Amino acid sequence: MKKTEMSTKTLLLNVFKYITLFGTFIIMVLPLIVVVLGGFKTGQEFRKTGPLVLPKNFFNFQNYVTAFISGKMVQGFMLTMVILVSSLVGAIILGTMISYALHRFDFKLKQFMLMLFMVATLVPAITTQVSTFQLIYNMKLYNNILAPILLYMGTDIIAVYIFMQFLDNISYSLDEAAMIEGAGYFRIYTKIILPLLKPAIATVVIIKGVAIYNDFYIPFLYIPDYPVISTALFRFKGPFSAKWEVICAGIVIIIIPTFIAFIALQKHIYNGLTSGSVK
Amino acid sequence: MNNNALSTKKQAKDNYIYTKKINYQKIVTIFVFSIIPIALLLLFTYTPVANMFYYSITNWNGYSKSKEIIGLKNYIQIFTNPDYFRVFPVSLYYLIGSFIQIALALYFATVLSVTKTKGKNFFKGVIFFPYLINGVAIGFIFMNFLKPGGVLDSMLHLVGLSDLITKWLGNVKVINWSLTGVSIWRYMGFNMVIFIGAIQSISSEVYEAAEIDGANRWQQFKYIILPSIKRIVQLNLLLSVNGALSVFEIPYVMTNGGNGSKTFVIQTVETAFKHQRVGLASAMAVVLFIIVLIVAGIQRMFFDEKGDSRI
Repeated sequence: MKKTEMSTKTLLLNVFKYITLFGTFIIMVLPLIVVVLGGFKTGQEFRKTGPLVLPKNFFNFQNYVTAFISGKMVQGFMLTMVILVSSLVGAIILGTMISYALHRFDFKLKQFMLMLFMVATLVPAITTQVSTFQLIYNMKLYNNILAPILLYMGTDIIAVYIFMQFLDNISYSLDEAAMIEGAGYFRIYTKIILPLLKPAIATVVIIKGVAIYNDFYIPFLYIPDYPVISTALFRFKGPFSAKWEVICAGIVIIIIPTFIAFIALQKHIYNGLTSGSVK
Repeated sequence: MNNNALSTKKQAKDNYIYTKKINYQKIVTIFVFSIIPIALLLLFTYTPVANMFYYSITNWNGYSKSKEIIGLKNYIQIFTNPDYFRVFPVSLYYLIGSFIQIALALYFATVLSVTKTKGKNFFKGVIFFPYLINGVAIGFIFMNFLKPGGVLDSMLHLVGLSDLITKWLGNVKVINWSLTGVSIWRYMGFNMVIFIGAIQSISSEVYEAAEIDGANRWQQFKYIILPSIKRIVQLNLLLSVNGALSVFEIPYVMTNGGNGSKTFVIQTVETAFKHQRVGLASAMAVVLFIIVLIVAGIQRMFFDEKGDSRI
């Protein structure tokens, strides 16, 4: 008697669990599915058929062509890649260098420099944009793609934290052995520290890569004449505002690279976020 | 961190190659390795903060050569002019939204890490993926979802709830709830992944012991999981204050701040770049900055003292 009572309760709990999971599944996926379907419809079809009705022709790529060419998403992708790669390379070189110097050496200004980085984590970038804008403008970098590159490189404090934490686990004996064999500090950095920091670098590339690819605020504010992928999509609002089928295609185009990266790097993304959020 | 820093320091003391007295190579290395990062930090973080405080007491328009110091007038305007003050209550929707979001994230994190569930990784991925999607794309996705005659309306029609249909982005009474819903959709998976990470660091022996003692699911959650991840949950709740005040992208893309959905940051951006009132906008930025500092101070007080703030 007692046993059947228990199992009824367990059963009910299980039913509740799967209902919530499937309900959430639908809420998460439905808004995306209708966009994928919409991207294959013709303009007339989009307006006349319900959002859940399948498109007549799944090989109708006209909207994708329009989004890529008239929507300037091709240029957007190229520009995003240029900015992404340059700022990541810069942030990683600068970040690993300063982390190595601050972690390994003992010198007078060290505590002060550490404090500068520490306090900077408290400054939310979104609040200082008004005066950062004036700075960029005075540096004659407004509408210059160097502006976002410098900003992504220069405000990278989380990366420094991740590198410093990782350096804690790299033994000094490796540095010593290299020194005994005649290597200088620079060689120790390039031949020992940098290769061993690879997992930390991967984490930084993932966290920062996603953030830069998705960033709207900085390119929107600083390089209005050079649309990156997110500002290119944002511009669909004007000319394509009545053409939802083209907007749908644009959305799918911007999500595909993210989706591929997510499927390929799932584990690393989860781990990267967990370690990045700890700071 | 503190422990690590200490051990590092000790290790460095023991380590002659980094502590050798004045050494030409050492000085050059430190200088070359730190000059550019420190210069960028000073230029792009500290200069803007200092300027922001200065601009906030002027009437500068952002381009003319002269600016007058007008004291606290900008600050007075933010808190007394209803046009500016009314953006604060909008944050409350997002704040309530983030509490709901954290509760949901906690539920799904528990279900997906403790109970036997089929397709755990699949559900985890589905709930998390929106966090990675471009914000502009999310704005458009939900404009399509919520527009009159859009997906939500069709669904409601399908299940016979057409009476509920309203202009989700036009009705002043519901617009901020709609936008908050989008925000939950986007960020819930992120909280969930963080919580799953914390729950998985609880040793499995504890569960086994609880199981033997006959603890049921709810007791396991209440007495094992919740206490172990309490701090990370509190931290997430606290940080949602900052999140709620910094909302920008979603309402900017979806409604352009119209129909009473203007947030603090949208108002700041408009004041600075549309109305050319850099002084006033800087004062708004200072207000946000100070709130964030207070939150950070509370965080330090409550989380660092006990030494386990790093989860």
